[in-house]
Amino acid sequence: MDNPKETSGFVFSKESLKKKFRLSEFLSEKIITGVAFLSIAIIVLIFFFVFRESLPIFSQQKAVVKVEHAEKQEQYGVAADSTQTNSSGQEQYGVTSNDTMMIEDQAREVDTVVHGSDRATAKSLLGKQWLPVSDNPRYGLIPLFVGTLKITLIAILFAAPIAILAALFSAAFAPYWLREIIKPAIELLAGFPSVVIGFFALMVMASFFQNLFGYDGRLNAFVGGVAMALAAIPIIFTITEDALTAVPKTYTEASLALGATRWQTALFVTLPAATPGIFAAILLGIGRIFGETMIALMATGNAAMIGINPFESVRTLAATIGAEMAEVVFGDTHYNVLFLIGALLFVFTFSLNAVAEFYVKGKLVKRFQGKQS
Amino acid sequence: MKEIKIRTHNLTLFYGAKMALNSISMDIPEKEVTAFIGPSGCGKSTFLRTLNRMNDLIPSVRITGEVLVDGLNIYDKQIDSVNLRKKVGMVFQKSNPFSKSIFENVAYGPRINGLNNKAKLAEIVETSLKKAFIWEEVKDRLHDSAMGLSGGQQQRMCIARTLAVEPEIILMDEPASALDPISTAKIEELIFELKKNYTIVIVTHNMQQAARVSDLTAFFYLGELIEFGKTRKIFTTPDKKHTEEYITGRFG
Repeated sequence: MDNPKETSGFVFSKESLKKKFRLSEFLSEKIITGVAFLSIAIIVLIFFFVFRESLPIFSQQKAVVKVEHAEKQEQYGVAADSTQTNSSGQEQYGVTSNDTMMIEDQAREVDTVVHGSDRATAKSLLGKQWLPVSDNPRYGLIPLFVGTLKITLIAILFAAPIAILAALFSAAFAPYWLREIIKPAIELLAGFPSVVIGFFALMVMASFFQNLFGYDGRLNAFVGGVAMALAAIPIIFTITEDALTAVPKTYTEASLALGATRWQTALFVTLPAATPGIFAAILLGIGRIFGETMIALMATGNAAMIGINPFESVRTLAATIGAEMAEVVFGDTHYNVLFLIGALLFVFTFSLNAVAEFYVKGKLVKRFQGKQS
Repeated sequence: MKEIKIRTHNLTLFYGAKMALNSISMDIPEKEVTAFIGPSGCGKSTFLRTLNRMNDLIPSVRITGEVLVDGLNIYDKQIDSVNLRKKVGMVFQKSNPFSKSIFENVAYGPRINGLNNKAKLAEIVETSLKKAFIWEEVKDRLHDSAMGLSGGQQQRMCIARTLAVEPEIILMDEPASALDPISTAKIEELIFELKKNYTIVIVTHNMQQAARVSDLTAFFYLGELIEFGKTRKIFTTPDKKHTEEYITGRFG
């Protein structure tokens, strides 16, 4: 250190200060940039794929209208009974003389026409029945939406108060050593495989609640909702806890110095100051519940019913994909509708997360930097 | 000499194993301004915070000795720190308004004490803001966010908020250190006015400020009370060499 010139061996000249091209740094920088963009590209591509697979539903609407028209004509034919060239007549032909290739071909044509009439339209998607594999398939998404909303509501009613109160305890009341145990413990729950929670709900909770309330269906929205609350609690807890501890300590001190108790301080100062963060936590919790598949599949009973009774079985959007995607005919209407559900789930959770992110950032900055009023 | 308001007796404080205050005994008189000076880390802020038990919030703190306020030991097991702090208010270094309206900020103290009468609250808010010399500046915007006030206004509003609880003692932890000279002058003027009715203890890094506002000055160094006496004496003819060196700026 006594002789800086010797130790560094650095000569201060125009030559030594010249800009240098450092290949390894240049490459590393490009690689990590590439990786970052790749992850964004993957998300965009997944969404693109999911949405593209659901597109046929919309693009075939015109064709569907035509087919319906044709069907109507056929029905007219039936009603008028003037000609015997309706579909059933042709089928009979096909059955009686199946040695003629031409008639068989005609029958197949009719078959495709009949199948075509089952194509989902925007109108039929708003139907009240989800019966994708019946002889007369119906793709009404309403029961799935109702089921998902019902279970989300039940789950969030359980998860939000528990998680927020637990976070408040951890942030404002728990002694330091206890907080160091509670927080990681609850955060570990977030990594709990949902299939295990589902299994627990299926085997233990379902029987317990049935004994408690004495309802008929063992698996229903209530059991599923409570199980999903278990999955959402860690997320809501963690984010709420972070929001509460981010409230400047000066707030708490100011309140305590005015003679407020710890409860009053937590309730009237800390909690209100952290509202944006808590709001975001709840939104992210809802996102988690909305997209949760395995628990819904295992604990809700999966019957697509519309009703407000919480002890009725429900079928959620995510569980529908999980249950039916493996058995669906590739390229079928059913297949397309499942992809449409996937796209809807994606859009919903994406916007939920976006609102949480931007709302919170904006609000918190305003609050703590005094740009309000 | 006026009556003793706060008396500490052999007050020793540890942060974990580290001793931060070493056997401090001093008498703080009523309705006067007492200033604590000393270099950073000398324990003056820590000492100030023992006077309304704000150190209770730090888990590793251990205290021995006595602090008597009006003759009562505030570290007695029977004493509730919540009620103590209503009597011993505190103003902090960094102004810390809640993100609520000015009115709600000042009304917070009375409100948590169970006062809900609107007319009464409005009256308390007005008199408190007037006492803190900020009423004229904010009377038309009472329901705007307190975050929109300037730094100096925020600090005076915080003083008004403390006054609203009607304490007898006000502790000030470097109340003007983050403010510009004009705001500082206003705060000092305010302190001068407040000492008619309140006992004020102020920690400051600014020697001129201590000389201007205080009646008594205590010099702390490395957790010990080196010298305590009339401000004029401390600043002109201190007994200890240490004090003189610090005040004349030879170390610190």
